[in-house]
Amino acid sequence: MTEEVVTFHRHKQDTLRVLIKGDWSISFGLQNPEHFLSHLTSSPETQYVVIDASQLGVWDSSLISYLVTLNGLSKAQNIEVDVTGLPEGIVRLIALAEAVPEREGVAKQLVKLNPVDSLGQFVIQTFHQFTAFITFLGEALLALGRLVRAKAVFRRQDLVIFLVDTGPSSLGIVTLISVLIGMILAFVGAVQLEKFGASIYVASLVGLAMAREMAPMMTAIIMAGRTGAAYAAQLGSMQVNEEIDALKTMGISPVDYLVLPRLLALIFMMPLLTIYANMMGVFGGALVSIIMLDVTWSMYLEQMMATVPLTHFFIGLVKSLIFGVLVALSGCYMGMNSGRSASAVGQAATSAVVMGIVLIIVFDSLVTIVTTVFGI
Amino acid sequence: MTQPQAHIRVRNLTLQYGEKLIQKNLNFDVNKNDIFIIMGASGCGKSTLLKHMIGLYHPAQGQIFVNDKSLWDVSDVARQRMMKHFGVTYQAGALISSLTLSENVGMPLELYTQLSPKEIEELASLKLSMVGLAGFEDYYPSEISGGMIKRAALARAIALDPEILFFDEPSAGLDPISASLLDDLILELSDSMKSTIVIVTHELASIFSIGTNTVFLDTDTQTMLATGHPNQLLADCDNASVQQFLRRGGVENA
Ligand SMILES: Nc1ncnc2c1ncn2[C@@H]1O[C@H](COP(=O)(O)OP(=O)(O)OP(=O)(O)O)[C@@H](O)[C@H]1O
Ligand SMILES: [Mg+2]
Repeated sequence: MTEEVVTFHRHKQDTLRVLIKGDWSISFGLQNPEHFLSHLTSSPETQYVVIDASQLGVWDSSLISYLVTLNGLSKAQNIEVDVTGLPEGIVRLIALAEAVPEREGVAKQLVKLNPVDSLGQFVIQTFHQFTAFITFLGEALLALGRLVRAKAVFRRQDLVIFLVDTGPSSLGIVTLISVLIGMILAFVGAVQLEKFGASIYVASLVGLAMAREMAPMMTAIIMAGRTGAAYAAQLGSMQVNEEIDALKTMGISPVDYLVLPRLLALIFMMPLLTIYANMMGVFGGALVSIIMLDVTWSMYLEQMMATVPLTHFFIGLVKSLIFGVLVALSGCYMGMNSGRSASAVGQAATSAVVMGIVLIIVFDSLVTIVTTVFGI
Repeated sequence: MTQPQAHIRVRNLTLQYGEKLIQKNLNFDVNKNDIFIIMGASGCGKSTLLKHMIGLYHPAQGQIFVNDKSLWDVSDVARQRMMKHFGVTYQAGALISSLTLSENVGMPLELYTQLSPKEIEELASLKLSMVGLAGFEDYYPSEISGGMIKRAALARAIALDPEILFFDEPSAGLDPISASLLDDLILELSDSMKSTIVIVTHELASIFSIGTNTVFLDTDTQTMLATGHPNQLLADCDNASVQQFLRRGGVENA
């Protein structure tokens, strides 16, 4: 700023004259009320403040802000402010700003937590999250019960849409990932097994690994990223728009109407996708073997059939079904419990994927431990 | 009387979504310091017209002049600069849900001025107190009522002391008392800030109490049927749809 826009004068002992000059714009920044305050405190006999705007140029909110602050400071010291010299618009804007004073207790108190408190809060929150998820699980189970008794209310078209979206629409990515996983397994195996002249066992390796672990797990992880995140985002934005509240007031259980079709779609599609992923993985493995190891198609398939018992395949299928449930539940849970803002929906989608993948891997490890102990 | 100065001029404007025609042949002037009302039945294209006037959509045909400069014959940067002088509230509030009220109001200040964070906060508080929301600085949009959202949106619209304010149904969904308080607030702001105001509304009370100029859009003919001061339309306009619209509910203004 080139020149002072506010100056202070005293013609009478008890009157402080505030002369406002020139142009005021928020592009120059706001005026600091400190000078005014020091003029007030330096002479405690001040009883009146007169604002003189005879030399005022153009003005905007920066002036209003300054004057409202002056007003507040003076009022705090029981000093009267004379604004009659101001243009009418300014007087009215000041009046408007002071018309509705802050109500007691509406302002939010920001509390600072010490580390112990915040740790405690974290534990409590985690516990609440946990109980909420268990409750949600229970509600989903009840909904399944209602479904069995044909009492669950949801639109069959929704189910079809979700089936198409989780099934056929995700074939592309499942194909790509499964073929590549099959090829990787075959490559890794081929390098080792060839040293022993046992390269035909690549077929067994790929078959076993795909059937039991890779096909269900990779498909589940793909679905967690693809479908779980989508579920969370869909339900989250419904939460933002109060659509879930609307369903509740219409007497429709949101769990029946929203969660059930999504859950069913994944329960139904995951095993099918896993079977498909198995075939694609075996195909990928066969490709590598045929090109690298002089094995023929029939040798490869025969070897696989002979050495990989079907039990592995079925264990994989059962696992995939559970994975589907886990992915659907974490997606729906995160969506239903999303906060009511755009960024909260984003967070819900992220948490759904993280939670889905963690649950998949943890469950898979459990199954592996249990089946090893029982020797299945 | 001195000739009023046109602030926005709309000439031969055609509004379309893709191939779907919404309104055609729109011609009207919004004068300086007008409170200009866009009225018409639901779905006739009022919000669409508003979004064209603020430069959000490109018109299918025709011109919009703001201060005698065509909104669409200038570069993107120049249009952006023109849009900086507009303050807008949308039909659904459109506050950013992940920001507090204070941050919502402060956002335009942050983007367009060099003010420090503290100064921005101070100005945001001032604007919020002007719309009667003192103390609600740290609330999120999801934590306040519908009417408060409308007022917070108003505070955001006036953050940069705009030359022209556009409001899409500012009082829709409010009780009559809150609605008329909001009308008063708009009137007060326009008077003291000397800004031009364009409002979409079908509240008769607002139209007659604050409107100084209007345009009436019709759904069937897909064009405007009348423009002028609401009282004058009521007295002189002989179009049946306009009369019916302005007299519905047995309003006795004539
Ligand atoms: N994004 C869009 N794409 C296609 N058509 C649209 C779009 N937005 C609105 N429309 C159509 O344009 C027409 C006018 O819509 P607009 O929102 O402008 O109505 P309005 O006059 O503001 O109504 P209301 O008073 O109910 O808010 C409607 O028929 C609507 O279906
Ligand atoms: Mg509208």
